Amino acid sequence: MINFELDDEQKLIRETVIAFARDEIRPHAREADEKGSVPAALLQRGWDLGLVQNMIPEEYGGFGTEHSALTGAVIAEELAYGDLAIATHLLAPRLLTVPLLEFGSTELKSRLLPAFCGESFEPGSAAVVEPRFDFDPAAPATTLRREGDDYVVSGAKCYVPLGAQAKHLLVLAGLTNGDGAVHPQAIVVARDTPGLRVGEREKNMGLKALETTTLDLDACRVPRDQVLAVGDQAAMRRLANLWRVGVSAMAVGVARAAYDYAREYAKERRAFGQAIGQKQAIAFMLAEMAMEVDAMRLLVWEAAWKLDRHEDATREAYLARRYTSDVTLRIADNALQVLGGHGYIRDHMVELFLRNARGFATLEGLAIA
Amino acid sequence: MVDFELSPEIMAQREQLHMLAEHAMRPIAREYDEREHEKPWDFINMMWQLSKASDIGPGKEGKQDGKKKAVDSNRNLRTVIAVEELSWGDAGLYLSIPGPGLGGAAVQAVGTPEQKERFLSRFKGDKPVWSAMAITEPGAGSDSAAIQTTAVRDGDHWVLNGTKIFCTSGLMAGDPKNSNGFIVVWATVDRAAGRAGIKSFIVDAGTPGMTVAKCEDKLGIRASDTATLIFEDCRIPLDNILGSPEVPKTSEGFKGVMATFDATRPIVAASALGVGRAALDFVREELKKQGVEIRYGVAPSKLTAIERDFMDMETQLQAARLLTWRAAWMMDNGQKNNLEASMAKAKAGLVVTQVTQKAVEMLGPLGYSRQLLVEKWMRDAKINDIFEGTQQINMMIIARRILGYTSKELS
Repeated sequence: MINFELDDEQKLIRETVIAFARDEIRPHAREADEKGSVPAALLQRGWDLGLVQNMIPEEYGGFGTEHSALTGAVIAEELAYGDLAIATHLLAPRLLTVPLLEFGSTELKSRLLPAFCGESFEPGSAAVVEPRFDFDPAAPATTLRREGDDYVVSGAKCYVPLGAQAKHLLVLAGLTNGDGAVHPQAIVVARDTPGLRVGEREKNMGLKALETTTLDLDACRVPRDQVLAVGDQAAMRRLANLWRVGVSAMAVGVARAAYDYAREYAKERRAFGQAIGQKQAIAFMLAEMAMEVDAMRLLVWEAAWKLDRHEDATREAYLARRYTSDVTLRIADNALQVLGGHGYIRDHMVELFLRNARGFATLEGLAIA
Repeated sequence: MVDFELSPEIMAQREQLHMLAEHAMRPIAREYDEREHEKPWDFINMMWQLSKASDIGPGKEGKQDGKKKAVDSNRNLRTVIAVEELSWGDAGLYLSIPGPGLGGAAVQAVGTPEQKERFLSRFKGDKPVWSAMAITEPGAGSDSAAIQTTAVRDGDHWVLNGTKIFCTSGLMAGDPKNSNGFIVVWATVDRAAGRAGIKSFIVDAGTPGMTVAKCEDKLGIRASDTATLIFEDCRIPLDNILGSPEVPKTSEGFKGVMATFDATRPIVAASALGVGRAALDFVREELKKQGVEIRYGVAPSKLTAIERDFMDMETQLQAARLLTWRAAWMMDNGQKNNLEASMAKAKAGLVVTQVTQKAVEMLGPLGYSRQLLVEKWMRDAKINDIFEGTQQINMMIIARRILGYTSKELS
């Protein structure tokens, strides 16, 4: 039965995250961007919300709530509304814990998950993107091959969030089958694995508060059970779709942040004797933003809903991902335009929203729903 | 809990209507486009028989009445799903289907029990009946508060004078040769009062003084008539006014009249979706014949231009569809949907215009030819960007709502 309303628990989570984004994240967003780091106290308060621990079963020390892509999308949108870089940092551990929960063996889960149920922020990460113009997550150039009882990973990665901090990373690599076709696989790799080298911190256009690094994998040997869902292509499609939904939900949050900022400015700023919001040229831009934010959210929710039903959501997630990255960029650009010259100045938030919005077309696997 | 799955009942209805659209509408779509002003009576009579067994238009059942609401809590959603399917068949034929339509919706929304009985019961008869809504005038379109048609009280009657244009199904509803229908006419009882003076009046087909003067020649939706109605000392009974005859101090009454659009805009959006989907389905099939399958999940650098175009069209349509379902769902659940209805209408009208134009382009020389229906869909599509509030009027409504401005503050 068609229903557009979140359930009571989701509403409660959403309200909590809205308040946190408004009261804690947004006030720190500018400073974090300028300094290139997220304040430790903020991270701790974010950790205390339990957004990572929540879905980990009680046997591993978590709260045992069932994982839901839709709830994840709601959380990601609201946190990203506060600030994309801080949101990505706070949710980075989920890049590891969600795939573990979905596809990990009991042994692997009991070995790794308890660390994410402690008192303080535990970094986690995923190394998905590769430094190539034709990067294709469906056929990564990073290789995976079988060697005896183990697997060996080799390749280069970039845009790895918290790459230097995470003790374990999820690495996307291509397993070459006998038929020559490359199949993506996700592998859990410990940072101290011989052959793994964390590179320099990257200098990015946006997301400046978030530490991202390059990663070199030179014949890193990993035990078999750290390769998740070997040979299960449906599982890897699902993982890619969880990434798409997570990143798309964050795009909706950034778009809404830019739209809200521009709308409030348009009500205050006066020109030719009235608020600029009373001019059709401005009002129509804002109306389009409002309409598109809602449209994007519905596309994201539909894909997330399908994932929660364990159906193949490739089409929905992929289309939502394309749409949100295009439209969010346009909304952020228009929001800056509403502020005119002031939008270009770092006293206002919109130039930051625009820089962050530009990342969505490029960055895959930076968030998971 | 968020759910995007249609109920089995709605799915079944959709399937039935799809069969009907495919087998009863598509085969005659071109014919009634080419033969404008001829009526598809076989189709109309068949739809009349069918409609008595199901509900495919607004205004059939009580929604104001709390008890009845529980019986049919899906009414608006069911309607938008149905209208998308019928418009997939043919938008012009869909608009020509007899039934309460917009006029009936107005009676349903604000009529007294006596008026409902008097005017809505005729839709249960053996012969097809239409009703229509006459708002637009030669000098007043979107600015419906500026209408010039007058209603003056004279004893036991209202006397109407003025000219109405662009009245959808005005010929079928207003000419007694076609049906025992009626027209809901907007007129002012007090020009000095502005919006507050505007009232709606029910005029029976064949009432002396009302003439169907002509039917427009149009770009598209040619199976549906768009009539000019002239009122010359047209006398109607006193109790044919919808709502109170009083002229209030505020324009609240006008807002009430405008609220009808909250129900009808998602329906127009749904019709747009149907036309857009017709074009999209056709392009997908043609590409398949050429050996081109749309590859979802492929890296952006590997997508072809055709795939990009197709995916853009598909996503835009789905975005518009979800906005439309949401607006209808809100109304079914007793929530105010003025903003959401305008979002759905503005988005769907724009999207279908773009999608059908792109479809003509993607099909190359054949897209432009009348051998195929694609060029027709492009012509049909455009009306959805215009009637029931142009895209711009709906953007204005959205803007006022999100900025908290009155129509004086943002015009």
